[in-house]
Parts: sequence; C-alpha cells; structure tokens
Amino acid sequence: MNRALVQRLGFAFLGLITFVVVVPILLVIGVIVARGIVAINWQFLTTMPHGGMKEGGILPAIVGTLLLTLGTALVAVPIGVGGAVYLSEYARDTRLTRAIRLAIVNLAGIPSIVYGLFGLGMFVLFFRFGTSILAGSLTLAIMTLPVIISTAEEALRAVPQEFRTVSASLGGTRWQGIRTIVLPQALPGIITGVILGLLRAAGETAPILFTVAAFYLPRLPSSPMDQTMTLPYHLYVISTQVPGMPLSIQYGTALVLLALVLSLNIVASVIRRHFRRKRQW
Amino acid sequence: MSNPSTVKTRASGPTRLRRRTRVSEFALETLIRVLGFSTIGFVLLIFLFLLREGLPAFFQVSPAALFSTHWYPTYGFFGTLPLILGSLLVTLLAIVIALPLGVATAVFVREVAPQWTREILKPVIEVLAGVPSVVLGFFGMTFVAPLVREVLGAPTGLTAFSGALILAYMALPTIITVAEDALDSVPRSLRDAGLAMGATRWQTIWRVVVPGARSGILTAVMLGMGRAIGETMAVMMVTGNAAVMPTSLVSLFRPIRTMTATIAAEMGEVARGSTHYHMLFGIGIILFILTFLINLAAASAIFQKKRKGGLR
Repeated sequence: MNRALVQRLGFAFLGLITFVVVVPILLVIGVIVARGIVAINWQFLTTMPHGGMKEGGILPAIVGTLLLTLGTALVAVPIGVGGAVYLSEYARDTRLTRAIRLAIVNLAGIPSIVYGLFGLGMFVLFFRFGTSILAGSLTLAIMTLPVIISTAEEALRAVPQEFRTVSASLGGTRWQGIRTIVLPQALPGIITGVILGLLRAAGETAPILFTVAAFYLPRLPSSPMDQTMTLPYHLYVISTQVPGMPLSIQYGTALVLLALVLSLNIVASVIRRHFRRKRQW
Repeated sequence: MSNPSTVKTRASGPTRLRRRTRVSEFALETLIRVLGFSTIGFVLLIFLFLLREGLPAFFQVSPAALFSTHWYPTYGFFGTLPLILGSLLVTLLAIVIALPLGVATAVFVREVAPQWTREILKPVIEVLAGVPSVVLGFFGMTFVAPLVREVLGAPTGLTAFSGALILAYMALPTIITVAEDALDSVPRSLRDAGLAMGATRWQTIWRVVVPGARSGILTAVMLGMGRAIGETMAVMMVTGNAAVMPTSLVSLFRPIRTMTATIAAEMGEVARGSTHYHMLFGIGIILFILTFLINLAAASAIFQKKRKGGLR
C-alpha cells in the first residue's frame, strides 16, 4: 500500500479522535450556557432562595463560595509559596527533599473525599471548629497546596541562575536576592499557580460535604465559624436531593459556577501569556 | 586594614544593623524550611486522622465480613467487596476509554497538528481540566444518562458505563498533558534518524517516537487512574449508586456504587462513633493506600526519567 496514503489516512484518523475528544467539551459548555442563560438575571444573582429553593436566587451560595475561596487563599498561599521557595532556593538533592517531593505528589493524588474525611476528623471534630467556613478553608487549603507549590516552584526555577549570582556578587545575602530579585521576577508565574489552585478549590464539593456545607441556609454567614451554602454543593443538592426542582434553576446554578471557574482560568492564562511576552530573559 | 580599631569604630553602626537583619533573615529562612517540610507533615496528619477514626472498624468487623459481598450498613452488613469492585470496574473502564483517546490526541497535538490548530486545542483541553466535577456530574445526569438509556434501551441511564464515560473525560486532560510531555522529551535525533532511514513521518511517530515515550505514557495512565479512582461527585451522580456485585459484563450497564460515592452519600446520615461511621473512615484508609500506591508507581516512573536526564 502507498506509504503516503497510509500516512494521510493515519493523520486523518488522529484528527478524528481529537475531534471526538474536543467536541464533548464544547458540548458541555454549550449546553450549560444555552440552558442556563435563561435563568440568569439580576434577581437570581442577588437574592436569597425561597420556596424550598425552587424560587428566588442563589446569593448565599455565591457569597459562601467566595468566602471559602478567600479563606483557602489566606492559608494556602503563604504555606505554598514558602514551600516552593524552600524547594527551589534552599533544598539540595537529599533524601529529605525527595521525601518532600513524594509527599507533594501524594497530596495531589489523595481523593477529594478523603480530604473531606480528614477535615471532618481533624478540624470539625478534634479541633472542635464544627462545620464552619474555617474548617472548610483549612481542608481546601491543604488540598490546594500541591498545585500552588508545584507551579510556584516552576516559576521560581525559571528565573535564570545569573540573577542570583549577580545579587550575591553585589554583597546581597541569599534572602535579599530572593526577596528583591527572584520573587518579583517569578511573581506572574506564582499568581497563575495560585489562581489555578484556588479555582480547583472553588469548584470542589466532596471536601466540603462534611466540613462546611449547609443544605439550605438563606442568610449570609457572619463569622468564620458559620456554616454556609456554596455553589458546588448547592448544585449537587438541587440536582439530586430536591424533587421537582425546575431545570432552569439547576442549569442556571451550573452556569454561574462554570462561569466563575472558567473566568478565573482565563485570567490565569492571560497573566501568564502577558508576562511571558514582556519578559526579557 | 592595617588599623583594625578605626575600621571597627566606623563600622559599628552598620554592623549592629546588619546583625539585626541577619537575625530576622535567619528567622525567615527557618520559617521557609519549616514550610518546605510541612507537606510531609500534612500527609502524615491525614493518614493519622484516617487511622484514628477508621481503625476501630477493623476491630469491630471481622476480616471475613469485611470482604463479604453485602453492603447493608443498617443491618450490620459491612462487606466492602461490591464497593471496591465497583470502583475498580468504573476506573478500569474509564482508562480503557481514555487511554487510546488521550494518546491519539497527544500525538495529534504534538506531532501532527499545525501551529494554529494546536493553539486552539490546548486551551479547550485546559478548560476541561477546570470544569468542576459536580458540573460534569450534573451534565452526565441530565444529558448523558438519558442518552445512554435510549441507546441501550435500559431501564436507567445511570450505569457504570455512564460513570466511566464521564470519568474518562475527567482523566483526559491529565493523560493528554503528561503524554504530550513524554512525546516532547523524545530526543530530536531519534526522529531525524527515523526520517533519514527513509521512514515516513507516520512510521517514525509509531515506530520511534511513541515507543520512546512509553514510560511517560505509562505515568500518564497511572495518574489518570489515580484521578479516576478518587473521583467522587460525578461518579456519585451518574453511576446510580446501587451497592451490588458486578458479576458479569451486563453489570457495565447496570447501576453500581464506588467507594468514594459510599463515603459521600452515607457520612451525612451516620451516627458519630457507630461501626458504620468508623467503617466509612475505613474505606477512606483503603482509598488513601490505593491512591498512594498508584501515585508512588507513577512518581517512580517520573523520577526514573529525571535521573536519566543528563543524556537527553
């Protein structure tokens, strides 16, 4: 058989499979946008749910997700960036360093529901935080760590070694070099990593099932010790636990969650692209 | 230099200042070291708390009962076998679907597609990685399951197959990205050698590049599997949640229940301190160990590649 023909058929086949992979992705987005958009209006976004959640808006779920993400950031960013600085700037290739890397790989692989169990056992019960934004934020923060550490470390390592050498040759200490040169240069990459980690946390349901989530709580949380509704859990509840729920509200909630997560995703890649183009090295 | 005393007097101010910065710097660097080690601490803490809440189950339920075929917690039957098999079935089926799709897509994106196509495909695949699992589960429930029901003529579309389909797409971004990196790390010289021998690009890709990326593709499969076996929400919403033993091929198109879904569905209603409560943590321990082993295997493949790095 003609080799050129085989190649052309082969490439066409690969293209077809890629098509099969890509089309459902667009279909998911398309269907949720098309069916959800009708439910979206100002009232849906800014009022409390009522009538057994079949009427009204989803404000407490939106606010809950934002607060939870903020709490996650407050815990995960300092630990994650600190850990990345250690791995990139201080750690030598020792047994201990390899253990740290293995721990990160392992943390990244632990199922989200197991994080939920851990959060329940440690924060809710052992520390007696109860089901609260605090307990949920801590649980999500630990889950988010591996993403932040790996991307931040990659960004720090991308800063050329010469920058550190020059800083040291001018009499700067190692920390001065990190603080004034390496960290600022790596900042866009670090921010990208932080956003990617946080959007994962914002969309997670399993870790917050037993640590934060309130089935139906039509008021805004007033302290970190409060329970709260959240978008992902609310979507789960209204699509599986409430019979007779109007589909438009379900799709509307899915759309709000999807829009929140994807817009963060876009922000992250815009930052990455913008600074990669601007970078001199 | 010849007169140390003058140097000393002149430098006394700055020296003291420098010492203070040195002390705060030391504190900061210590803190960073602690943060660096913290991940090990977190893994240990997670395991510790799982053991604390889960170990009692293994004393309260005999090993034989633990691996029996009935999971009816309200009647005191804690056989985890249907759940473990349910998880394995859905995961393996998902990988069987995702592996060929993922590798073919990675090859297409990395080796075949022109630049402009690649720049469209990459963000689309990234978007999939960002879609929350509960959204995919919701989509699976309201869109995929009815489709599966109609096509199969089955009583319900919430089956192991529907779950595996959703899981496959959730594992795809991981598989594609890791496989792409693996293809990328195959040295250019090998490709050139293949082409120079008179092979077509197609032959070079299948006989040289893909075999060369084997270990990386294996890593991709392991990571995808780890992702799939630990997935909770989508699986819970789409697989129908019936804790039955998958005994024949027909089970693929029947409702099934995974370990993750069991924990998520039952923890909310269980009495704290009961056998059932400890048992759910016990399933958590099994999941923790399973994913740990899978990731260890994947990581060892990654480290192997790194160790050879000098030659590439």
